[in-house]
Amino acid sequence: MIVAQRKTVPELMEILQGHPRLLVLGCGTCVTVCLAGGEREVSIIASAIRMASRLRGQPIQVEELTIERQCDNVFLEQAAEAIERNSAVLSLGCGAGVQALAERYAQKPVYAGLDTAFLGILEERGIWTEKCSSCGACVLHDFGGVCPITRCAKHLLNGPCGGSRPDRCEVRPDRECAWQLIYQRLKDIGQLDRIKKIAPPKDWSTSLDGGCRTIIREDHRI
Amino acid sequence: MISEAFQPKILAFCCHYCAYASADLMGSMRIQYPPNVRIIRTPCTGRLEVNFFLKALEDGADGVLVAGCMEGGCHFINGNLCAKRRVNHVREMLAEIGLEKERLRMVNVSAAMARPLADLIIDMVETVRRLGPNPLRTSTPASESETHS
Ligand code: SF4
Ligand code: SF4
Repeated sequence: MIVAQRKTVPELMEILQGHPRLLVLGCGTCVTVCLAGGEREVSIIASAIRMASRLRGQPIQVEELTIERQCDNVFLEQAAEAIERNSAVLSLGCGAGVQALAERYAQKPVYAGLDTAFLGILEERGIWTEKCSSCGACVLHDFGGVCPITRCAKHLLNGPCGGSRPDRCEVRPDRECAWQLIYQRLKDIGQLDRIKKIAPPKDWSTSLDGGCRTIIREDHRI
Repeated sequence: MISEAFQPKILAFCCHYCAYASADLMGSMRIQYPPNVRIIRTPCTGRLEVNFFLKALEDGADGVLVAGCMEGGCHFINGNLCAKRRVNHVREMLAEIGLEKERLRMVNVSAAMARPLADLIIDMVETVRRLGPNPLRTSTPASESETHS
């Protein structure tokens, strides 16, 4: 899922200056699961904005709403009236949700209330970790299902580096060494020979190259 | 200068299994405590959400006291430890918002600690009295908030 976290109240107050009526719009999907932008967080952030704006002498009237999914036009319609009656929207969706809203409501200022951080998983209560950098050409099969691009601090495809320790990365002592994990996992599944293969330079044209990436599925077009 | 007459309004969320029982015992033992405190019984302090504390302060409570079981003594094992983390989180948020974090406090008592609970309540009232009224009580809200879901 997409993992995000809230911006601080002073950051929000700076962003929201000059908007007397604000809709705080939550999203019921990824950011609800990562406890950053669901119905409960909407209530918390709306309350914080109301309090902070009153204390700063410029009270903001805040409406709260959470829809099922912000990155989908079908669900965005459910917010149309609420968006209409407010002077701006603070989206608690991920970056995709914020932009979907802004595209759909061209005349309305739409702001991001969260910092969208990464694609990851819930490790244990209150701890999320990044697992995938969406590079566009997945190589997990060669690395025992452990992503070296995301989880190795040096993004090494031919690792480990010289500083690897059995239990930790030399760059971030609080992280496991991805290459130790790759080695262990390949060993466990009897595919250690894969580690001998020299990985060629990765083709990054599927990643951060030439603007946003698009997928067109002719079989699904009408 | 803060008027001597300022009588803070304090909400006290009291866990059914400890603080609420102690509050009951305070009554039986005829222990006086300031009438500034309105007690709300909660099944466990772990039931208390971040937005409960924010809402109470937003709506004008001068202080919020959370009274749970002694650490290690929670009827539901770790509800009071969850509450402690949430209280600390909201205290940090209050600083961001611009409200004194001392307006929210968590204390731990057992069901037999009537006198200590009375003292903790007195101390909370004194702390909030020193802080003065919650500025949100006097400032005007933008208007009634609306909630849709
Ligand atoms: S190889 Fe690319 S797509 Fe696969 S997990 Fe790593 S970053 Fe994600
Ligand atoms: S110690 Fe391991 S994870 Fe860290 S940079 Fe080196 S190979 Fe990568």
